[in-house]
Amino acid sequence: MAHGPAVGPRAVLAYLIRRLFAAAVLLVVIILVVFGIFFLVPKWAGVDPATMFVGKQADPAAVEGVRQKLQLDQPIFVQVWEFFKGLFVGRTYSGGGDVTQCSAPCFGYSFRTEQAVWPQITDRFPVTLGLALGAAVLWLVFGVAAGVLSALKRGSLWDRGAMFVALSGVSLPIYFTGLLASAIFIFGLKWFDGQYVPLSDSVTGYLGGMILPWITLAFLYAAMYARITRATMLEIMGEDYIRTARAKGLREPVVIGKHAMRSTMTPILTMLGMDLGALIGGAILTETTFSLPGLGQAVLQAIRTQDLPVILGVTLITSLAVIIANLVVDFLYAAIDPRVRLA
Amino acid sequence: MTELSKSGAVAEPVTDSPAPSAFLEVRDLKVHFPTDDGLVKSVDGLSFQLEKGKTLGIVGESGSGKSVTSLGIMGLHTTGQYGKRKPQLSGEIWLNGTELLSADPDHVRKLRGREMAMIFQDPLSALHPYYTIGQQIVEAYRIHNNVDKKTAKRRAVEMLDRVGIPQPDKRVDSYPHEFSGGMRQRAMIAMSLVNNPELLIADEPTTALDVTVQAQILDLIRDLQKEFGSAVIIITHDLGVVAELADDILVMYGGRCIERGPAEKVFYEPRHPYTWGLLGSMPRLDRDQQERLIPVKGSPPSLINIPSGCAFNPRCPYADVPKDNVTRTVRPELSEVGSKHWAACHMTQEQRERIWIEEIAPKL
Repeated sequence: MAHGPAVGPRAVLAYLIRRLFAAAVLLVVIILVVFGIFFLVPKWAGVDPATMFVGKQADPAAVEGVRQKLQLDQPIFVQVWEFFKGLFVGRTYSGGGDVTQCSAPCFGYSFRTEQAVWPQITDRFPVTLGLALGAAVLWLVFGVAAGVLSALKRGSLWDRGAMFVALSGVSLPIYFTGLLASAIFIFGLKWFDGQYVPLSDSVTGYLGGMILPWITLAFLYAAMYARITRATMLEIMGEDYIRTARAKGLREPVVIGKHAMRSTMTPILTMLGMDLGALIGGAILTETTFSLPGLGQAVLQAIRTQDLPVILGVTLITSLAVIIANLVVDFLYAAIDPRVRLA
Repeated sequence: MTELSKSGAVAEPVTDSPAPSAFLEVRDLKVHFPTDDGLVKSVDGLSFQLEKGKTLGIVGESGSGKSVTSLGIMGLHTTGQYGKRKPQLSGEIWLNGTELLSADPDHVRKLRGREMAMIFQDPLSALHPYYTIGQQIVEAYRIHNNVDKKTAKRRAVEMLDRVGIPQPDKRVDSYPHEFSGGMRQRAMIAMSLVNNPELLIADEPTTALDVTVQAQILDLIRDLQKEFGSAVIIITHDLGVVAELADDILVMYGGRCIERGPAEKVFYEPRHPYTWGLLGSMPRLDRDQQERLIPVKGSPPSLINIPSGCAFNPRCPYADVPKDNVTRTVRPELSEVGSKHWAACHMTQEQRERIWIEEIAPKL
């Protein structure tokens, strides 16, 4: 049972490399699957992507030109390979009389606006990232604090009150709380003007535009985090090692803040990784409710207009965000729980 | 009183004396837990004394109030109770001249780990999985000693060495899951002794361990007690463990003491039918292998509805020996049955001596 000396830096490095490799493989698989779904399914459904690109009443010659240019006439392997190549080294579309150079990372062109997909993503990504990170800070601070207090004052008026608020937070949809918040603070009290201002233009303008979306989004997640924190904390407080910490003569704030919190962090961290990843891929409801020009809005628009390249691009970015977030969580996990590193 | 304190052993407490002479004196301790189903009387009027350098073994089956008593002494029932239903403690616990139940909770906290320390049953769950053994011992030392981390770590290595952990300077940086069960319990002991406590409470210290390791841990506790001169309470359901270590034995049943006295008296002249039952259900090598163990019939009493009269009466084969159904109506009090030896039973001394000699002892 004895494992010899404690886990050294080499074991940690091996763990990191293993995780990175797994993440890279996963990403390739996701690209294949997503590409397959978005380019094969229309074919089986009898919808011709080239027709979708050109428009319904298109002249057959134009459709044929597009088909050649997008290489839709090629076998699927060639299409996937071209798509891959586009992502890493760029690709050249030629056919129908003209040549278009799409530099890496090339996600193709929107069927609707004929704009390159990648610049759209890079324009919109900071909006969504700011929304997700800002909200995450709020919900972590308030959700975890409320959960810890509820656990420590179990059964009290505070606990019941906080858990009631948490239940409403989980049950009320964003488009309800968001609209309610807009109605009160933007249209009623006129505290904010409800306009999105990029951070690079004006810090106060950015904060003014983001504060309501942050709070609305954080309300939903804080509620979930409060409940999971409360449940975890209650379980941890019953652990033998908490009793040991008290038997040593530790002050109660240290018992809770150090010994209990460190164990409570692990499930919270796991949730945070998944939630952040998913939100960075686009907080569709929040962005739509508050008219934020983020990825979520772009993908919603793309779904409405069946704009396959945009959907594909955003899906890949979302997957990448989830993978990266989980990778970070895994590393943090290993830092918190020494037993993970050996696994 | 003088005769008793000389023995340093268990003695009948004098309830109205405010200044006990014993190092540890528990008087009429009651620990009750309010629940939806009623009041759980885990400990219901327990008294004993313990001197420094002596070992008291508290014996009883699960739910008899052994662990609740030890946590009560440590003050761990009232700490960290955040729910509305707090355990109710009454009585007196005197440690070295201080009454703990009425003392300032922060004062009691400072005594924990320094004056009184505890070893728990399962060292794997009792140690924090995310901190190294060294970090946990260093923390225990630095709560009560104003020293830097380096000094504290030297002390931790010294303690690990003392409890027999090989390569202590390396193992100090290991995590609990990297230790074997016996090594973990040694580390736990090192942690509890790091501040030289005068009272050490070991709550089933060997129950979670391999049989081969159990004896080593018991030897270690005995050696360390000799070295540090502390008072030790060893809580167990295993009579073999107390036989090994204890100067005095206190047998608990249904939250009360039903027999106590010097170890050899309780072992060789037990005067309570429940103690007979415990001895009868203990496997022994010198017993005829064809003979079966004699279990105590029935199950432990409900602590919400403790049987009236003697709590043991529903399981006692001799419940009808005393006249007038007295075992079912009147709770027997402890009475002296020998030198420093008490038992709580309605049967007369003669009846009990006769049953022991004629019926019980030959079967053991």
